Amino acid sequence: MDETLSVELRGLVKQFGPVLANDHVDFQVRKGEIHALLGENGAGKSTVMCMLSGVYRPTAGEILLHGKPAKIHSPKDAVKLGVGMVFQNFRLVSTLTAAENIVLGEARPVWRTRGWMVRKTAEIEALALRFGLGFPAGRAVWQLSVGEQQRLEIVKTLYRGADIIILDEPTSVLTPGEADQLFATLVQLKNEGKTVILTTHKLKEVMAVADRISVMRKGKMLATLDRSATDEREVARLMVGQDRQEPKARKTRKNGAVLLEVNDLVVTGDHGRHALDGFHMTVREGEIVGIAGVAGNGQKELAEVLAGLRTWKAGTIVFRENAWKGASVRHSIEAGISHVPENRMKSGLAGSLGSIDNLLVKSYRTPARSKLGFLRTARNRLWSQGLVEQFEVKTAHIDAPVHQMSGGNQQKLLFAREIHQRPHLMVAVHPTQGLDVGATDGVHNLLINLRDEGKSVLLISEDLDELLLLSDRIVVLFGGRVMGEVTHEKADREHLGMWMAGVV
Amino acid sequence: MELITQLLTAAIAAGTPLLFATLGGILIERSGIIQLGAEGLMLMGAVTAAITFLATSNLLITIFAVVVVTGLLGALHAFLTVTLRANQIVSGLAMTLFGAGLSAWLGKSITGMPLQGAVPKVNFAWLDSTPILGPVLAHLDVFTWASLILVVLLHLYLKHTSWGLHLRAVGDNPATADVMGIRVQGFRYGCVILGSILMGLGGANLLMVFSPTWIEGMTAGRGWIAIALVIFARWNPIYALAAAYFFGLLDTLGFRIQLAGSAIPSYFLKMIPYLLTIFVLILVGWRTKHKLSGSPQALGVPYIREQRF
Amino acid sequence: MKSFRLELDPSGRDSPWWVTVLAVVLAFALVAAFIALTGKDPGAVYAKMLGGAFATPFGITETLVKAIPLMLCGLGVSLAYRIQIWNIGAEGQFIAGAIAATAVTIYLPGLPGWVALPVMLVAGMAAGGLWGLFTALPKVFFNVNELIISLMLNYVALLGLDFVVFGPWRDPKGMNFPGTPPFTDAQTLPLFGDSRLHFGLILALVAVVLAAVFVQKTRWGYELRLIGANPEAARHAGINLKGHIVLVMLLSGGLAGIAGMAEVSGVAHRLMYGISPGYGYTAIIVAWIARLNPFGIVVSAVLFGGLIVGGYSVQTLGLPSSISSLLQGAVLFFLIAGSILGKVRVRWN
Repeated sequence: MDETLSVELRGLVKQFGPVLANDHVDFQVRKGEIHALLGENGAGKSTVMCMLSGVYRPTAGEILLHGKPAKIHSPKDAVKLGVGMVFQNFRLVSTLTAAENIVLGEARPVWRTRGWMVRKTAEIEALALRFGLGFPAGRAVWQLSVGEQQRLEIVKTLYRGADIIILDEPTSVLTPGEADQLFATLVQLKNEGKTVILTTHKLKEVMAVADRISVMRKGKMLATLDRSATDEREVARLMVGQDRQEPKARKTRKNGAVLLEVNDLVVTGDHGRHALDGFHMTVREGEIVGIAGVAGNGQKELAEVLAGLRTWKAGTIVFRENAWKGASVRHSIEAGISHVPENRMKSGLAGSLGSIDNLLVKSYRTPARSKLGFLRTARNRLWSQGLVEQFEVKTAHIDAPVHQMSGGNQQKLLFAREIHQRPHLMVAVHPTQGLDVGATDGVHNLLINLRDEGKSVLLISEDLDELLLLSDRIVVLFGGRVMGEVTHEKADREHLGMWMAGVV
Repeated sequence: MELITQLLTAAIAAGTPLLFATLGGILIERSGIIQLGAEGLMLMGAVTAAITFLATSNLLITIFAVVVVTGLLGALHAFLTVTLRANQIVSGLAMTLFGAGLSAWLGKSITGMPLQGAVPKVNFAWLDSTPILGPVLAHLDVFTWASLILVVLLHLYLKHTSWGLHLRAVGDNPATADVMGIRVQGFRYGCVILGSILMGLGGANLLMVFSPTWIEGMTAGRGWIAIALVIFARWNPIYALAAAYFFGLLDTLGFRIQLAGSAIPSYFLKMIPYLLTIFVLILVGWRTKHKLSGSPQALGVPYIREQRF
Repeated sequence: MKSFRLELDPSGRDSPWWVTVLAVVLAFALVAAFIALTGKDPGAVYAKMLGGAFATPFGITETLVKAIPLMLCGLGVSLAYRIQIWNIGAEGQFIAGAIAATAVTIYLPGLPGWVALPVMLVAGMAAGGLWGLFTALPKVFFNVNELIISLMLNYVALLGLDFVVFGPWRDPKGMNFPGTPPFTDAQTLPLFGDSRLHFGLILALVAVVLAAVFVQKTRWGYELRLIGANPEAARHAGINLKGHIVLVMLLSGGLAGIAGMAEVSGVAHRLMYGISPGYGYTAIIVAWIARLNPFGIVVSAVLFGGLIVGGYSVQTLGLPSSISSLLQGAVLFFLIAGSILGKVRVRWN
């Protein structure tokens, strides 16, 4: 490893309106090292990297590359200076082939015969193989797997001559197995003399692959450590700061009656394949069942089936001793299933409407909220105000469009609505995504309260820590089937990780 | 057979205005913008051509005038939709209304005045002896040849040039194109202006070759049919050629059946192009239910660079 | 000086009300320039237009007469636009209603007034609704762009109108104006006093109030608003989007159909060629300017009614009546340009 610095950031500041995303960040990366930039969601790591790669312009501060000050005003500048970035959501045109995506942006040659394209494709495949990153370069991107698309993105940066390669949360879309493959790739890049910067919030991975670790929290750079000189606990402490409030101690669970029984469920996903393929699960009253697994293994479809949004091909669902005959959102709502969807602004709330209209979404058909087809406006207003107070939702006023609220308050509103339904089962999908620590604890407490009241929660989350914290039982989903199941006491990360990867 | 030759010739004559407009629509929509003002642009192209030719009797000046006028209108649409990111559908509708009203106004003084000898033909006498197709191709006018060349050029552009690739990226994923250094705004402006000019030329063609007298509203919905044809042709210039001539053929057949004194009232025959458009769209919709429809993925969505999250 | 940049917030909603006013003013200014170019005095022209439309009792009733179909059609399309269904088929739906109402007079001629009129009304509404359904079904089953279908159906309806008016229903005694025989008193909507203003105004105003109540206070109106705000969230609430598309097109078409019936029964007293001077298209702008608000639609319908009447009155000055199309298009352009103001935010660097 070279002692010379390939990247140095001095006092970098980025302000978005009133929000200070980066607060005088100093950051040094040595040539030929793998450097992990660690921090929780919202710590500011992606913002820093976006400035390095030209997507954002710094409000203040300097950037030096290989010791020389660099003016990076656009992604193009960054690319010219040898900085390549692989984003979390890929910058690929899905209708073009992989090779076409790589040569996109190259104006020359203007005239291209089919032969030229064939040669280019072969050239790219050779480059990819050199770094151990194979993928079919002649295929359209929408036909490639996520792992292949990511490799394509990396090859794109290499093709454009990057020596400094930045990866933003690269493993968020990969299975543990694919992630290991990625790490091997990173080591190979390092061996070829490239400098790799990795932003992530996953501590384990950082400890596995990084040479040095820099920790950010709330927009500030806290420390840079040699991986060999530190351990997980120290780094974790830096990441999280003071001890988080422990959620309320859980009451000892009594074995409740069976609430939901799913057997041999087969569900077809959007791409025509079986998203759930012989899935079975039992949920009892008064427990939190966590569904672990990397996104894309059937979790979304499971939640949709229970919410009534998706039908199933085979298998049985029995809820409160009622066998379900078909998918119907109304039926699910009436049966007492509430649903906190993954993307609150996309599926859960209507941003341009106010709090009252958003709270009515599930209950507007009930006699309390409407009579003979007419909404009981005055009554609904009072009711909404009550809910907003009860759940401490901060909003300018009750009619203000919901998109003006912060993420945490939006989630609170959503929970207020769903909990008000007095559900027997709440299906919560990634409920703390994008929330800060305080809001996350708030959500966790809500879920635990439900459980303590004798209700049940199906918690679908990618955050293993969250699952371990809250679940009474954890079921691991892989390829549409149950890979394994453990109770809270017997759960351990290693086994869970293996199951999530499909290893029996 | 004589009849086939006649039909083909008539089909081409009727189909060429549609072809111009459809090619224009393809160019615009490939960049991700919807241009519903085709009808207004065609009318403006027609009235501009009529006024200019009647005044100057010079084809080149006439074409130039059409290019300038419809180019300016196209620039307006581009400004509204690309720079101001306004609702593209409403902007297109406004263009149709505005174009209809303005063309009616401008054309008031020259209504019913026929153009004579506007467009020269390109004669290949030696082709006359070739059966069926020969006589069709032997005496096409410059507009038609121009449209054919345009089809080829557009096809080559999209498939075999780097710029064509960039255009496809702009229409499918402008954020990515932007990051790769492609000038999204520039492409969209260029395509909208050029495409609008093509639509205007379609109107000019309609007037100068097909029906050489200005009448208010003479396009009778052709602009709208062209918009449907863009989808029908899957945003592909070569399919557009086939589609435009097919519709031209229908137009012709309807007219001929009427001439033959059929008992079917001409009104129902005239309905055919519109009903066929609907039918075709239903067919396309039915067949592409679960596949990518081939449309530019970002069609109709204004591009705003890098919002936070 | 602090530097700033302008940022676009795509979620930004309505622009301030004065933008609408400004758009209208600018549009009039633009067309004034055109008028000046033709050597006429814009001031005089506008004065004549305004005068023709609003200065005399005759003008006012004429304006209202024109406003009635604009109100009904505008209301109809506004319902569809609330859920981003781009129904531009109001013209065809209007004609379908007119034809159906006329069919009653042709095939059920002997009915007394208190039967004939309601039957005509229902026929008009049903035909318009059916025409709207023809747009909804391909959309719902094949995801076909409703814009193009509704538009094509306009042309089909117009041709259908030509067919009946020049063909089977033609009045053999009518010399100058191709059309059906005139309606009997039983088949004519009652008038207000001596004017041409007819009962259709009541129908239109009732429709406006019903629409406002429907959208704001009923369950289905709530569902409509939710779909318009976030179709995905509506889906999660168990709302059937496809059902609403059909509902909205039925209502939309039905309202336009009523307008058609009112026009033949209240104004023309027969079905004739050119029964609609583009009401269906103007209604789109009427709805847009009013930002889809039912009461706003009343105002903009009267405004545009005045524009149309004013347009006719300036023909004596040698200007084409298409001046009103020109103004409409211009107003829409400026309005669109102005809508940006609802989305722009100033970001200080």
